[in-house]
Amino acid sequence: MNKTLTAASLALAFGAAMTVASAPVAAADMADKEKCYGVAMKGKNDCKAGAGTTCAGTSKMDHQGNAWSLVPKGTCEKTMSKTSPTGHGQLAEFKEKKA
Amino acid sequence: MTTIPCFVSPTAGTSAARAAALPARGGLGLKPEHFRTIIETRPDLGFFEIHAENYMVDGGPFHHYLTQIRRDYPLSIHGVGLSIGGEGRLDEDHLDRLATLIARYEPQSFSEHLAWSSHGDIFLNDLLPAPYNAATLHRVCDHIDRVQERLGRRMLLENPATYVEFAASTMAETDFIGEVVKRTGCGLLLDVNNVYVSCTNHGRDPQACIEALPLAAAGQIHLAGYAQDIDAAGAPLLIDSHGAPISRAVWDLYRYTLERTGPLPTLIERDNDIPALPVLLAEAQQAEELLQACLSEAA
Amino acid sequence: MNQFDFASALLDPDLPAPAGLTAWNGSDPAHRFRIYRNNVIVSLIDALADTFEVTQQLVGEDFFRAMARVYAYGHPPQSRLMAFYGASFPTFIASFPPAAALPYLADVARLEYLRVVAYHAADLPGIGSDEVAAALAEQATLPTLKVSLHPSLAVLASASAVVSLWAAHQGILELSTVTTDSPETALVLRHGLDVEVMQISPAAGAFISALQSGVSLGQAAAAVAAIEADFDLVGTLGLLLQKSAITAL
Repeated sequence: MNKTLTAASLALAFGAAMTVASAPVAAADMADKEKCYGVAMKGKNDCKAGAGTTCAGTSKMDHQGNAWSLVPKGTCEKTMSKTSPTGHGQLAEFKEKKA
Repeated sequence: MTTIPCFVSPTAGTSAARAAALPARGGLGLKPEHFRTIIETRPDLGFFEIHAENYMVDGGPFHHYLTQIRRDYPLSIHGVGLSIGGEGRLDEDHLDRLATLIARYEPQSFSEHLAWSSHGDIFLNDLLPAPYNAATLHRVCDHIDRVQERLGRRMLLENPATYVEFAASTMAETDFIGEVVKRTGCGLLLDVNNVYVSCTNHGRDPQACIEALPLAAAGQIHLAGYAQDIDAAGAPLLIDSHGAPISRAVWDLYRYTLERTGPLPTLIERDNDIPALPVLLAEAQQAEELLQACLSEAA
Repeated sequence: MNQFDFASALLDPDLPAPAGLTAWNGSDPAHRFRIYRNNVIVSLIDALADTFEVTQQLVGEDFFRAMARVYAYGHPPQSRLMAFYGASFPTFIASFPPAAALPYLADVARLEYLRVVAYHAADLPGIGSDEVAAALAEQATLPTLKVSLHPSLAVLASASAVVSLWAAHQGILELSTVTTDSPETALVLRHGLDVEVMQISPAAGAFISALQSGVSLGQAAAAVAAIEADFDLVGTLGLLLQKSAITAL
């Protein structure tokens, strides 16, 4: 493609884009990364608004867990990466670093 | 007993939504979890209350749903972030945002807390106590004067739930609130649960506290559930958790209050462990039954 | 007691309770003060847990709350609008050593934060076919045209499979099929009332980001075409139009 896009080619693209935009969304296979382009995903909870304010206290106690000695133990254990095909890579304990 | 004219609307509707004051009925805090259910089922309810700060956003579903709900229900806007008891100056930007929100939704009531929640640049997201003395009184009155001037309306001030007291206090909480009401002309948002919680936490008699408050200025009541803890001496320490049904003791204190104030708009507050809407509607209905009983006694 | 002492003690659990507190029964007021301390830190951790739900699921509740606790004490809110608390949490996660084994975690958190921002962004209608037609009629000026995008829109180009990881926690994908270190670019926007997350090509991401930074249509398209010969300009513009994400030309 030319480095400079002409006004005419942009006009063509925009015109074609209008057609694309008005076409019904094709159901695409999510597993296929090339096709999922343009497929919108909504969260499970569509009220996902972030945190809200409070004017109450809480009876839930802060457990004061020491993050420096904890290891992530959630769904990350089910994931895999190319560099660590067995799963979650090396989950090591960290000593608290205090200056 | 003084009777307050009580507007009881049989169904939620445009006339009630546009009335000048909140009806003396049960109301609920508006939660995003319930937006759709409310719009689909249009429950018969006196009013909804929102936290001002949650709606200080540019757009999106919050404004979309609130706009729809506001068409059919009276509204109370309840601020949690103004820090009226704060040592610093009031945040004028925040006051501007509040004025914008109030102009947009024209609520029947605006209320805030006798508490502070920010210090310097930091917002602490909790309602914190201040000593009851001349310095605090002066500051709180200045702040309320400014709020009422900026908003061009009377605000209601809510009595707090507290867990500690201060050596620097020179006045009882009830006298302090009475003095604020007298000096600023603001109204009282009487949180009956807070009275019960604070009185338990500080060894006072809840009924005596209710009587010592400026009841003639009361414009709204809050009811909520508390959680129980104990202090270092093993005495009960109640936490205003808004995470449980209203306790029997608070219902009783509510009835005691209504006998002295006449019927008042009554909000059921639930901010934690929020149940399905019908559960909260049932609690609002329970409040309405007491309001009705109070009305018929008055008549 | 002054509020500075009170606030300082709330935000540093190693400090003693402020002086001047009393209790009616002579019990230790420091014990009572911990209610406030707990209210503050739990409310802040809860606020982060509300916004960063998938992040929490990835590391588990115990790890998340412990990590959020360190963040909250170091970065208490500076705004009374709690919805936007945690803007710097993803950056904190990226440099938090105990989370270093999960290099994708910070970008998942970034995606979640962008969703909250999109949720509350201003309402602006997208342009219609009339406006596009009017722009096309002035063909000569098309390359210099500035394209205004919806305020909810954001692009997140990640070295990790950020969209797939997020989607796997919405029941859309099987998590075990996700290769976490495959780069993905996310497009986040609100269409109507729904916040949507889409995976787009890196070139489309670069193009949209260029438009967002105020570069003209011609320059943005040329810059991306120079890097990626297969860049799908029609598809990308089509997507933006379809999602009402172009608000002015």
